[in-house]
Order: sequence, then structure tokens, then C-alpha cells
Amino acid sequence: MIDFGYTISNDRQTDLDRGDMRYFEFVRAIDPSLDICIGCGSCTATCKAGNFTSFNIRRLHTAIRRGDPGSLKSEIKKCMFCGKCQLACPRGVNLRNVILSLNRAIERLG
Amino acid sequence: MEDSVIVIGGGISGMTAAGILAGNGLKVTLIERNNKLGGHVADWFRLFPDRRKASEVIDFLNASLGNTEIICGSSVTGIINHENSFTVLMDNAEPVTATALILATGFDIFNAGKKEEYGYGIYNNVITSAELEVMFSTTGSVLTAEGRPPSRIGIIHCVGSRDEKVGNLYCSRVCCVTGVKQAIELKEMYPSSQIYCFYMDLRMFDRHFEELYYEAQQKWGINFIRGRLSECAENADGSIVIKTEDTLTGKPLKMSVDLLILLAGIVPSEGTKQIAGMLGLKTGDDGFINSADGHTRDNSSGIPGVFLAVTLKGPSSVSPVIADARAAAIQAITWLRSKKNMND
Amino acid sequence: MKIEGKRRIWDDYQKEIAGDNYFYVRSCVRQNFFPGAEKTFLRYMAELGKNVFENPSHTTCTGIGYHSDIVPFKTAMTMVARQFALMTEAGYENFVTSCITSFGLYTEILDTWSHFPEQEEQTREHLKKATGREFVKPKNLAHASDVTYKFRKDITHRGKYRLVNKDTGLPLKVVEHIGCHYSRMFPSKGVGGAEYPYVLVGMVEEWGGEVIDYPERRHCCGFGFRQYLIQANRGYSIAASKKKFESMKSYKPDMILTNCPGCPMFLDRWQYAISEMEGITYGDAGQGIPVMTYEELAGLILGYDPWDLGFQVHQVPVEPLLDKIGIPYDPEKKFLDINGNAMGKPKSPSYLKFY
Repeated sequence: MIDFGYTISNDRQTDLDRGDMRYFEFVRAIDPSLDICIGCGSCTATCKAGNFTSFNIRRLHTAIRRGDPGSLKSEIKKCMFCGKCQLACPRGVNLRNVILSLNRAIERLG
Repeated sequence: MEDSVIVIGGGISGMTAAGILAGNGLKVTLIERNNKLGGHVADWFRLFPDRRKASEVIDFLNASLGNTEIICGSSVTGIINHENSFTVLMDNAEPVTATALILATGFDIFNAGKKEEYGYGIYNNVITSAELEVMFSTTGSVLTAEGRPPSRIGIIHCVGSRDEKVGNLYCSRVCCVTGVKQAIELKEMYPSSQIYCFYMDLRMFDRHFEELYYEAQQKWGINFIRGRLSECAENADGSIVIKTEDTLTGKPLKMSVDLLILLAGIVPSEGTKQIAGMLGLKTGDDGFINSADGHTRDNSSGIPGVFLAVTLKGPSSVSPVIADARAAAIQAITWLRSKKNMND
Repeated sequence: MKIEGKRRIWDDYQKEIAGDNYFYVRSCVRQNFFPGAEKTFLRYMAELGKNVFENPSHTTCTGIGYHSDIVPFKTAMTMVARQFALMTEAGYENFVTSCITSFGLYTEILDTWSHFPEQEEQTREHLKKATGREFVKPKNLAHASDVTYKFRKDITHRGKYRLVNKDTGLPLKVVEHIGCHYSRMFPSKGVGGAEYPYVLVGMVEEWGGEVIDYPERRHCCGFGFRQYLIQANRGYSIAASKKKFESMKSYKPDMILTNCPGCPMFLDRWQYAISEMEGITYGDAGQGIPVMTYEELAGLILGYDPWDLGFQVHQVPVEPLLDKIGIPYDPEKKFLDINGNAMGKPKSPSYLKFY
């Protein structure tokens, strides 16, 4: 194998024709309230973990819905389950249940 | 000369104005360039927010026309202002003279072909929301160009609106809620389909609109992705590949859809542009006609005896059109009955 | 696909292309990658009876340096002004560039001068001080692919071959790829505009082929100067080309046609690199998809010897395409130099077929 000194870069594009929707579908079967999220960011704004780490709950649950779990498994560990996100949500997304279900999804699906 | 009014434009705006005038005992002539009344609404299926049939509104307005003299299939070619009256010249009918005019020449749908990168008129499975309404109201079936039921549908907001490239900086107001409504209608038709709305902002400005959005998400599972369509291409099977950014995740996104619906915006109609020219009426940068005062004299044109009704003044949904047309008619009646009052 | 929709757009974007008496400026690097290309352009233009003039002391337009952040815009403007001065001194007013980036840079500079006349004045001063030369702006600026497009019917008349598979009688499937600098910045300066450029489509249609529209048609090949000049960045360049190949492969194209110096280099060479890195090849049975420029293609249509066109240096073998069209070639002469002496043979790649 020739060493060219570089490798082919990965495609960053979210491809909805080929996403990994398993985590989202698992959560949705337990709690469909994520459907009514409007992406306003109130949850992330108030999140304690999000203020001091890279944890961004809005981006995380949006990415799951795009079939792009990414660093879900490591990021979700940062959530302390305090429920401030759910308190702030104007639409009434049951965020604590969503996060709990996500953890269960990770246990079940790997 | 006996008081009389000519209403130019036979869409719901003109029909409403004519009905009020006729109901008040005035002699009214309603001129429409197409062969039938009802304008764009006559082509639509159901109206937001409660999805009642558009034909019911048309029927109501038709029933209110009373003694209105209706001239269809004629375009206005000139208007002569005699100071105390107006003569309207047409290409397909004898001239008519009256003592007041109501202009209701309305809007056209933006020509989506101008957005070359969206492939309208090139890729078979790219249609406009107006064409979708016609599909709903005529055949009642929505199929891809290959004759199959679509399993993935994309709806694109802001086509021809809020877009410097096509010279329309304004928001066309009614497209966002139309998109949400059509998404629900399509999901009802095809419950197992996946429907995606691609928007920049969701303008749910009127009563019950936000609730419609909530219903679309909660009851129908419509997906909303915040990101504007940048380009389309066609797959070998005729499905459309779209590229947007999912701004909420910060990543470029692409997907294939079987049917792509463009929410084409509202532009001043050809008739509006011509009538503005004939009477020397001022238009804004957006091409719509300016009223004498946007708050206090919004139905006045500045020319005594000539009154304006949306949507030649700007985009609007059905309820405000009817309200504004009634206002224009009442203004005209008030002015005619107190001719000494120069402040129309 | 409704082709009338595209034709309407193509009709909207027509441009003036001069008919004769061209001042030709070459590409800096093209003759390394595709040695026969520019020479072929001069050959068929002469055959068509056109006058194409070159001044040997013309230089790079510095587009490659400008787009790599090495050459400042003022310098680029002065270099371009010198090229125009050479054109003026030779008595020409029609400017033709070989490179698409050059075309983009000349268009950008002329546009800048039309909006900012003081920049033009300043450039004139700089040129006078540096070289003593003066210039007149060209009356017509075109790219060599525009000129070839303009004469595509004449090429058909004199042509000996068509883009048709001689065994099946079906038109060959051609992917056309336009250089980024052709019409993205100034859509009105490209034949067919930015979204559905027509300059190469017109040639393919005229010469009997069928154009493929595939989802990543508009995507850049990844050349981009800065992106590949530094080795560590090349992963991005090659990924861009790979995206295109993955998108076009299901359409089974017979060849790729381009009008930029960099694009065919990348689309040709990256097929080799991808095959070495990942073992993937495109095209029929490991043969790859042959890539060529419009001059090489015009030369083939006109019946020039493939080895005179420089196909020996192509990474992806062109022989299968020549066989499909029925163009004869002597395999023994492939690696002989101009005097008939053996040049030696390159090593065979691991996966890509080699002839």
C-alpha cells in the first residue's frame, strides 16, 4: 500500500437517506413528546451541565432525530437529571423521560 | 351622473367589494380578465386554519353579488379620469363609466422557474404549492410523475420570498401556514409517508396558526428542519435530492424525496402593475401599490374616487382580504355620499 | 426531466464569443498534466482557418497564486494588465484563455475595474512604472472551451467519429464537469449560466453523445489550490472527487468531459489514488472512467492520432473508450517518443487496469 501522506476525508453531511434512526425510534415508542420540539434552545440555555461542558441537550436530541447519534453515548453521561430543561421547555417536551429512555436505548442497542 | 362604482378585479377581493356596494343599492360593474370569478381562491381546496372548503367562501361571495354587472374575459386597457367620473376601457367589452373605482387586481404566484437551482420546470417531481392545491381540488390524488404514491415528501418554504437574488425582499406571509396545512393534508392522504418541511422561520402569525403547527408535529409527526434549500438534483429514479443545512445541528444535510413542493410566494400581478401605470399610482420597492396612509387611509389611493383593496397592496390571507375589501367598499360609499369632503 | 426547462435557461444565458483573431494565453501547469491539449486546440483552430496568436513572453496570470493567498490582488491585476498590453501591442482585441481559473480571474478583474475605475487607473500606473507598457482592455474575453463550443458544428462537419458506441449504436454516456471559475462568480459570463452550464453539453450533444445529469454534478472536484497544495489538506480534495464518483457510478458513464486544467487532472489522478487507498475502481471492470478535456475530445472527433493528443499520460486508460467509438490506435507506439525511441513504461497500478 502506498502511503500518500493523507487519507480520504470523511463526509460530514447528514444523509437522511442513510441515518441510524434506531435510538430515536426506541425513545419515540416510549415517549413521543420530542415530536413537538421547536428547537428554541431553552433547555440548553438553562442546563447546568451545558454551562460547563460541551453537553448541548438541544443539539443532541436534534441530532438523534436526524439519525446522527455521533457522540451520544459519551455526552449523555454528563446529564445530571436535574430536570431544569423540562421546567424551561415552552412546548412541554417530557425531557427527563426522553433522556431516561435514551439511556435505556443505549443499554439495549449498544 | 348617477353614482356608480367599477370594481377592477374579480377575485375574492373584488367580489366582496362588489357585494357590499350592490347591497347598498349602488350600481356596480365588476371586471375580470379571466373567464370566471374567484381569482386564485377558486383554484384552492381547503383554507387554513380550520381547513374549511375554499368553494364555500366563493359560493358565499357569489350569492352576495346581487345586481352587480359582471364582465368576464376582458382586460382593462386604459382608464380616463374625467375629474367627476372615470371611464374604463377594455379589450373585449364596451367602455364603462362610473363615479368611483375600486382596484382589486391582486397578486400572481411567484414563477418558481426563476429559482434555477430548484429545478422547477426541469425535474418532473418538483411542483409548487399552488399546483398541489389544484391536485387536491381536481383529481384528489397526489402522485409522483412516475404515477406512484410518494413515500417521502419535501416542502420548501420561502421560494421567491425573502430572497435578494430574485428581487423580493419581503415575506409573502401566507406560505408558512400553507406549508403546514398541506403537510397535514398530505399526511392524511398517505399516513405512512415521511414529510419534511424546510424553513428559515415559521411565520404562524394569526389565530389558531401556532396550534396548527403543534398539531402537525404532535398528531401527524411532520418533521420540521430549519434550513433553506440550496440546490436540487435528480436521482436516476426521478426522486429529487435536496441539499440544505440543518442549522440546529450545524451540519449540511441531504436527502432524497419522491415529491418536492415549493411554497412559491406572492408577487404583484401583471394586472396590478398595469393598473398602477395607467393611473400613475406609486408602488413600493416591493412592487405593491402604496396607499395614501398605511394606518389611517389604507384604502385610499391618493386619487379622489379611486380606492384600493388587498392584495394589490401586499400579501394577505383570506380573512383580512375580505375585511379590507369591505372597508374599501364602505370608503367608496362614504366618499360618494359626501362628495364635498375632499379628504377621501 | 423536462429538457425544455433547461433549454429555456440556456437561451437566457447566451454570450458573445468572438469569431476570429484571438490572442491566446496558456495555462501554467496544464502542459504537465495534459501535454497534447493546448497544441491540439491550436491545431484544429488552424484547420478551421482561424488566426490564433501567441506571444512567447506572456506569463502566468497568477490566478494559481492569487487563489492560494500567495499573490495579492494588486499584483494579479498588474500581471493581467501586462497580458492585455501584449495583446494590444500585437494588434488584437479578442482574448482567449486556456485555463478556466484564468478566465475567472480576468473576468473578475475586468468587473472590478468597471465598478472601481480608480483601480484600473492605478494598475495602468503600476504597469507603466514596472514595464513601460500600456494596454487597452480586450473587447471580447472568452475561454477556449467557449470558442470550441462556438465551432462545434464545424468540427462535426470535418469530424470522422461520433460519440456513439459502434457495437450497440447507442450514444455514449458523458458526464460533463465545468470548472468552478467558469460561471459561478458571474453566471452571465458563462454559456448556460451557473446552474446548468451549456458549454460542454452543447459539444456533447452536437457530437452525438448523451449527457448525464447526476446528483453531485455541481460539486467541485476538490482542486481549489489551497486545498491540495499542502499535502496534509489533500484528504479533503480527494474526498470531493470521490463524492462525485460515488454519485455518478450508477449511471455507468463512458467518459468524463471537463473544461478546466485542474479538474481533469484531479478526476483522472484521484481515481488512481482512491483505488490504491481503498481498492475501489469505477467504470467497467476496473478500467476506471476515462477523463478528458474538450480539446482532446475535439481532436478525437477530428481523427487525430490519440498518441498525438497525449493520452499516454492519462492515469485512467482511454483505450477502452477508443475501442467503443472505433478509433484506431497503435498500442506499440504508446510509449515511443517523437523520434520513435522507447521512453520506458510506467509501473502498473495495483487495481486500476493498465494498458
